Amino acid sequence: MMVKKKALLAAGAVLAAATLALTGCSGGGAASTASSTAAAGSGSLTVWVDADRAPVLKDAAAAFTQETGVEVKLVQKDFTKIQDEFIAQVPTDKGPDITIAAHDWLGNFVANGVVQPVELGDTAANYQKVAVTAMSVEGKTYGVPYSIENIALLRNTALAPAAPASYDDMVAAGKAAGTEFPYLVQLGPDADPYHLYPFQTSFGAPVFGTNADGSYNANDLSIGNAGGEGFATWLGAQGAAGNLSLNVTSDIAKEKFLAGASPFLITGPWNVPDAQKAGITVAVDPIPSAGGQTAQPFVGVQGFVVSAKSKNALAANEFLVNYIGSEKVQTALYKVGGRAPANTAAFEAASSDPITAGFGKVAATAVPMPSIPQMGKVWQFWGVTEAAIISQKGDPVALWQKMTADIQTAIK
Amino acid sequence: MTTPRTEQDAAQLRQTKRSRRASRVAEAASAGVKVLLVKIVLLGIVDAISVYALFVLVMKQDWVVVGLVAFVTLVVNWIYFSHQKLPAKYLAPGLIFLLIFQIFVIGYSGYIAFTNYGTGHNSTKADAVNALIVSSQERVPDSASYGLTVLEQSGEFSFLVTDPDGTISVGSATSPLRVVTDATTDATGKATGLAGYTSLRFADIVAQQQAIAALSVPVSDDPNDGSLRTPDGSSAYLYVSDLVYSAADGTMTNSSTGVVYADNGKTGSFVAPSGEELLPGWKVEVGFANFVHAFGSESIRGPLISVTLWTFAFALLSVLTTFGLGLFLAIVFNDLRMRGRNVYRVVMILPYAFPAFLSALVWAGMLNPQFGFVNQVLFGGADIPWLTNEWLAKFSIIFVNLWLGFPYMFLVCTGALQSIPTEIQEAATVDGARPWQVFRLIKLPLLLVSVAPLLISSFAFNFNNFNLIYMLTGGGPRDVTAGVNVGATDILISMVYKVAFVGASRDYGLASAFSIIIFLLVALVSIVSFKQTKALEELN
Repeated sequence: MMVKKKALLAAGAVLAAATLALTGCSGGGAASTASSTAAAGSGSLTVWVDADRAPVLKDAAAAFTQETGVEVKLVQKDFTKIQDEFIAQVPTDKGPDITIAAHDWLGNFVANGVVQPVELGDTAANYQKVAVTAMSVEGKTYGVPYSIENIALLRNTALAPAAPASYDDMVAAGKAAGTEFPYLVQLGPDADPYHLYPFQTSFGAPVFGTNADGSYNANDLSIGNAGGEGFATWLGAQGAAGNLSLNVTSDIAKEKFLAGASPFLITGPWNVPDAQKAGITVAVDPIPSAGGQTAQPFVGVQGFVVSAKSKNALAANEFLVNYIGSEKVQTALYKVGGRAPANTAAFEAASSDPITAGFGKVAATAVPMPSIPQMGKVWQFWGVTEAAIISQKGDPVALWQKMTADIQTAIK
Repeated sequence: MTTPRTEQDAAQLRQTKRSRRASRVAEAASAGVKVLLVKIVLLGIVDAISVYALFVLVMKQDWVVVGLVAFVTLVVNWIYFSHQKLPAKYLAPGLIFLLIFQIFVIGYSGYIAFTNYGTGHNSTKADAVNALIVSSQERVPDSASYGLTVLEQSGEFSFLVTDPDGTISVGSATSPLRVVTDATTDATGKATGLAGYTSLRFADIVAQQQAIAALSVPVSDDPNDGSLRTPDGSSAYLYVSDLVYSAADGTMTNSSTGVVYADNGKTGSFVAPSGEELLPGWKVEVGFANFVHAFGSESIRGPLISVTLWTFAFALLSVLTTFGLGLFLAIVFNDLRMRGRNVYRVVMILPYAFPAFLSALVWAGMLNPQFGFVNQVLFGGADIPWLTNEWLAKFSIIFVNLWLGFPYMFLVCTGALQSIPTEIQEAATVDGARPWQVFRLIKLPLLLVSVAPLLISSFAFNFNNFNLIYMLTGGGPRDVTAGVNVGATDILISMVYKVAFVGASRDYGLASAFSIIIFLLVALVSIVSFKQTKALEELN
């Protein structure tokens, strides 16, 4: 009898779980529909945010609710999964009104029709220009930026007392320091176009040309111009000279810099805390030019966007433009994330920190990473070609032109 | 335990129908009460959840799911309240899970393979039209920002706007802006009210925000002058829209260029006569287009043959090497003369205990030509390109997979070896068989009877071993002069990932079509292999 009873119990439990799962599948949508119909009536906003920024937004949301009566529901999400989930959920009416986003997702969001433009109005002047440009697609602004992130030259002041004026200066100073590497930049088996981009732009070879309003023009692929060929030749020469090595992955570059094996590391603010913890006094300098022109790294901008299917568009706009965009909230967001604020006033306040000021100075000359959908097809040819050139697998200019032709075919 | 039960069953068989019913009543009256109670409570919970789900679903008017949930609930109640159907009682929960998590998912992937679902086509036509119209609203460059108060008069909303010069005007969707002079203003000169209208506070605006956000107030009788709209309820801006949707013939017209974008019914998007396509489009069924694309486009067809060959080679070699090493070690550690066998066995199983993708990452670091442990320590600082030479990368992949996979085979073979009776072995030895003959003619065939199905499943697993490839080499090294995004160690599944998911763009339709092709390949290999192993079973 015992046997039978247990089996029955187990079967019952499994059945309950099964039905729960089944109703969960269908009921999940139903529940959120119920909440969004409620939202339309009482006016409440659902906001997707990553765990780090949730506490700051909680305060801003509380202030917003107190002033306007609109409730703000914060939903914590894994940042890396937001892009795909937002695109998948907005069409089903289950998405949020607002989500946190990286600006380079915007091209994808716009192509999928899941975001709507945000009118910054006169507040547009309160942000750094590069941040607003980054948040725009075809001249229309789709998000309220809150932070700017870019790479710069990290210098170990004990090994190199002065900022290098040019690339050759940097290599000379690195060699004079007598360390294992004159300078470090993370590469890998497929190189790293993002970290090499400042050198590329210093030869005057951006990936895409720009329109009058600062947006990228997908029809103007300028990566293969004369400057690009110059960069390819330079890349080959640096690979041959051993200044660039594909074996230096991100982990190794960081580890070697922390161990004092090089005075310079081209990296972003994310590696600064560890360097300081390792007892290194670091200074942040502009990346020295290799080709004569300004070395412009890519800027990554983070911000908040409004769903195309939001039933609370007015409240969402109000919350973003007048609360998230405010100096107070932007300063608070800077304090938890350490990323330079997009709001100019907040940025100036944050610039009392020399590290933030150093990266900010580079950001002022930098360019937004293209968010146009065509950019996705550039990456797959870009890195491997740089890797082939660095490891001397052929004539640099020929490889570079082959890459340009491949990209041109792919983005057509 | 088993013997008395069998006797009891036999006794029961002899009982008449009447006495069986009597015993059932007795059973239900004694120990069965508790069981019955538990059953009723559990089924009650299940039914309560189902009824709740049904209410929600009816509100949502999702009739297909309503029918499904109602049907499943009824069937479940019928099964568990019935006195027979014992097999169904055991099978029902598993079947329900199977339907939800396997059959539905497979069926849905199959359906997606015949659509263009993916970036730019991820929703309905209505959503696409809405997104296009919303995005086409363009603020007139350098136009003024108007201070705004939203007014209401008998259910109709109006905008009371103050331009930067201080001029106050009022207008609604039906009547263009006209200047008014009798408005009340606040200290800053912004108009806040007008006689005959009610001024809305922010809370009122929020309550009506869909109507107010959609409101566009023309600035003059000429629609080309644009209209005022408000993004936040407190200020208004001048917008012009360059796309006009005609619901009657389903076309989009660009009012500034005059180009008409029509729905051609095939690609799920608005297309101009010149071939220019407006994005976003919407999801449509495209028949076999994805399969045609999978075999028809040069970027896929070119590397397809070499990738397929390598996939088979990789899966086959992985199974053979792991099985070979696992079997060898199992035999060695099965020898009773060996001391400390358990310690060795634990050490051997360790690679199996680490997450495979983590091990792959660690190996990628160890195989770094300049700084990796392998070259630095084992090869005395040699510069061997383990992961960047085409053939060495293939070797490294199989080697790392051997490291990851042999403990499983070791475990399986140890178990299988121990289940082979020692008498057979002794008998063979007595008959004069040499150790190798004993192994080859007796142990191996008996072993294969139980292990062969596992070898087939191991083959199927390695056929789709995305983690290892992606983490160790990322499919590389790549021949940059080939012009395709496929490397020397890419297997079918990693190639599909690269072809269908370029950057952030996702082509789920193509990916599903490929999955079906891979599924067919694996199924074919498995069916043939299982047929072969049937022959082995006759050994017993």
